[in-house]
Amino acid sequence: MKKNGFLALSFHTAVMVFMLAPLVIVCLVAFTPGTTLSVPTTSFSVRWFKAVFAHSDLVQSFWNSLWLALGSASLSTLIAVPGGLAMTRFHFVGRNWLNGLFLSPLMIPHLVLGVALLRMFSLIGVTGSFLWLTLAHVLVITPYVLRLVIAASIGFDRTCEQAAQSLGAGRLTVFRRITLPMILPGITGGWLLAFINSFDEVTMSIFVTAPATVTLPVRMYMYATESIDPLMAAASALVVCFTLLVMILIDRLYGLDKILVGGKS
Amino acid sequence: MSFLSLVNVSKQYGATTAVADVSLYIEKGEFVTLLGPSGCGKTTTLQMIAGFAEVSSGRILLDGHDITHSKPNTRGLGIVFQSYALFPHMTVRDNVSFGLEMRRMPRAERLERIHATLDLVHLTALADRYPRELSGGQRQRVALARALVIEPPVLLLDEPLSNLDAKLREEMQFELRNIQRKVGTTTVMVTHDQAEALSISDRVVVMQAGRVTQVDAPYTLYDQPQTRFISTFVGKANLLTGQTITSGVNGRVQIGSMQLAVHDLRSDPGSEVLLSVRPEKITLLAPDQGLLNGVVTARFFLGAQWIYYFRTAIGELIVVSQNSDLQPLQEQDELGLSWSSNSLRLLTGAATLA
Amino acid sequence: MTNTRFLRPWFLSGPALLLFTALLVAPLILTGLLSFHVFDQVKGITQSWTVDHYLAVMVDPYYHVIFWRTFWISALTALICIVIGVPEAYILSRMSNPWRSLFLLVLLAPLLVSVVVRSFGWSMLLGPQGIVHAVLQIFGAGSIRILYTESAIMIAMVHVMLPFMVIPVWTSLQKLDPQVQDAALSLNATPFTTMRRIIFPQIMPGILSGSLIVFGLSASSFVIPGLLGGRRLKMVATIVYDEYMHELNWPLGAAIALILLIANLLIMVTYNRVVEGRYKKALG
Repeated sequence: MKKNGFLALSFHTAVMVFMLAPLVIVCLVAFTPGTTLSVPTTSFSVRWFKAVFAHSDLVQSFWNSLWLALGSASLSTLIAVPGGLAMTRFHFVGRNWLNGLFLSPLMIPHLVLGVALLRMFSLIGVTGSFLWLTLAHVLVITPYVLRLVIAASIGFDRTCEQAAQSLGAGRLTVFRRITLPMILPGITGGWLLAFINSFDEVTMSIFVTAPATVTLPVRMYMYATESIDPLMAAASALVVCFTLLVMILIDRLYGLDKILVGGKS
Repeated sequence: MSFLSLVNVSKQYGATTAVADVSLYIEKGEFVTLLGPSGCGKTTTLQMIAGFAEVSSGRILLDGHDITHSKPNTRGLGIVFQSYALFPHMTVRDNVSFGLEMRRMPRAERLERIHATLDLVHLTALADRYPRELSGGQRQRVALARALVIEPPVLLLDEPLSNLDAKLREEMQFELRNIQRKVGTTTVMVTHDQAEALSISDRVVVMQAGRVTQVDAPYTLYDQPQTRFISTFVGKANLLTGQTITSGVNGRVQIGSMQLAVHDLRSDPGSEVLLSVRPEKITLLAPDQGLLNGVVTARFFLGAQWIYYFRTAIGELIVVSQNSDLQPLQEQDELGLSWSSNSLRLLTGAATLA
Repeated sequence: MTNTRFLRPWFLSGPALLLFTALLVAPLILTGLLSFHVFDQVKGITQSWTVDHYLAVMVDPYYHVIFWRTFWISALTALICIVIGVPEAYILSRMSNPWRSLFLLVLLAPLLVSVVVRSFGWSMLLGPQGIVHAVLQIFGAGSIRILYTESAIMIAMVHVMLPFMVIPVWTSLQKLDPQVQDAALSLNATPFTTMRRIIFPQIMPGILSGSLIVFGLSASSFVIPGLLGGRRLKMVATIVYDEYMHELNWPLGAAIALILLIANLLIMVTYNRVVEGRYKKALG
């Protein structure tokens, strides 16, 4: 394999800077002591972080997002694991159709999902419901879990299950002691990916949240369109930190590159 | 009554017949090998004994009990899978322990049994390793230990040595046989490697296209192959077609332009026959000193032996010669070839000309 | 026993199927129906039927401008992503670990950060006090306004969409057999010809797949035009929001949303059939 030349590496550096720029700037501006959006040069201050924690709306929306993400990721995993196993282990009429249905939220713009759910929720009168918001999130994040469960299930050596059966294990024991532990990395990865996607989800949530259930990204969006001050930068920096923590978790438990690219890296 | 019996067992997948009317009677303590090329039905037969493939018709009896439709987790057989199928998230010890846990054996007894079995396969030092940290040969032994520790009535081996390299395979063949002798478990092995089958089995069952074509002890199978297929599949053979001139003890056949003697020829005079002579049974003499002459067209050196291809009046003959102190032959050398009338064998059986 | 075997996969997928029917199929159908309802300024959504909303979109140049703007921004974003993403993926594939994994992470990990944060970051960078402006001032072009223009939207979109282009291209690159390239070189092909005739055709499916994803996501993007386009630069998602939240004309909003959905699906399907079909034959 030929090495990359100077031109290639310069291009590459530019791309790297491009990808990191907005994240870096957000973290820098968060420390500014003043009230305008500028990069702190002489002194660093944490006043805006304090302001974030004092902003009750922002804090409340963070908790909303956290609980929402925890709940929807878990619920999604609960329905995606049996679903994914069903897809990979059985050949049945309608399997491809079902697979397409479960992966379709990836192809439908969240905007459309948002307005569609808004209509339905208002018709059945559940607009402010946290439960229904959770279900909406489950809808959009299930494809992520499903894909990883399917990948784990396909790469799974079925003869291990046969070996366990031949040694006397019943169906449930086989699942509990052999199948589940072996696909657990895939399930964990799926859960984490679902979690972060729910936490970040904004376009659909804008339509489906009500004042009581507003999530952090939605709150931040609304704030950013109304006022422009470093409070937003501090909140963003905190979100970046939080995301980094989740990324480290993903890497420890599953492999960050595997989750992003899927398989090889 | 035999320990493990298959009575007229067949397996159909839709319109295809994978196994047709197979009957086998295996004695307690025997080491039997199902031998055949890919697709002959040997693995399917094994899977039916194990319970992973449904029997379409026929019965399987184990020690008098009909297990034809029993679920695989109730048969209690020990199985070594081709890919070993070790539980990757468990250590060697936990893998071996699994079958005993399913039988609810108390911990102390379990540990004792595991220790004894790991000793048997020489893996005691690796008990706390994970499968991914082991070599192919070590994994194979874990699989064997896991199957033996439950003291099964029958041990099933599905191409257990095919994933090992040549040298390791040879060593493992003998170890497998030694362990089986020591423990005394009735064993059924599946393989496509005829050398393996011959070297360690008590009896070999040759299968072809879903049917059993011959069941014999290894030596008998090699020396008296009943069909053309078996004679070329098990060992090498020189196949010759001819016409019977006289039958009986001093039989004679006409092959091409020559007349050759065949001891104890059971064929009617005038009928077409298919004969075989093993390459190692042909001796090399000075030209015109043997039954016929031949010219060397190719030669291959295998260390302990030379393989020579000869062009003769009755066609191409392959000769295997020990690597003795005599000078090896060169291409274009002309020699005399000879064999005893006992060595030229008639291929009988339904699929003779097939 | 045979009976339950056939039901088992349905039993296992049951919960998911239930959820999806209730929360995907039903709402879309309801929205479809909604788009044909009459909207009255006083009474709100009525029960009478009309196709006026669809007609309005087809006829009114206000909507034409917005749809066209959405289309060309999305297409250009996809193009820029190809121009930047493909070479970058290729350069990365030629690096050795640990750099390769590290830079791949830098390229893809921003996917996990909320789009609001990323867009806000760009609004700071591209604003009048931002770094980009400072640099431009050095070159004497300080009076150019970037923020709240189509360019700002596109810059942020490229940033957000680039990973979606890189992932399928990267996957295609991983499937390449390096020995095939060596074979070409051994047959006297120049590196450039090798790239053009050997590598590029093989990664084409990845590029196409990536472009489709980027185009689709850009066309329906809401936050990016919202934060970087300002009140005046509207895209399809913005006007849907306007109708639902400000004008309360849900039927019109529904109509626009559905047009977006159908356009999206149509483009995906035709693109797939026409172009990928060519490559599926050769590459399997």
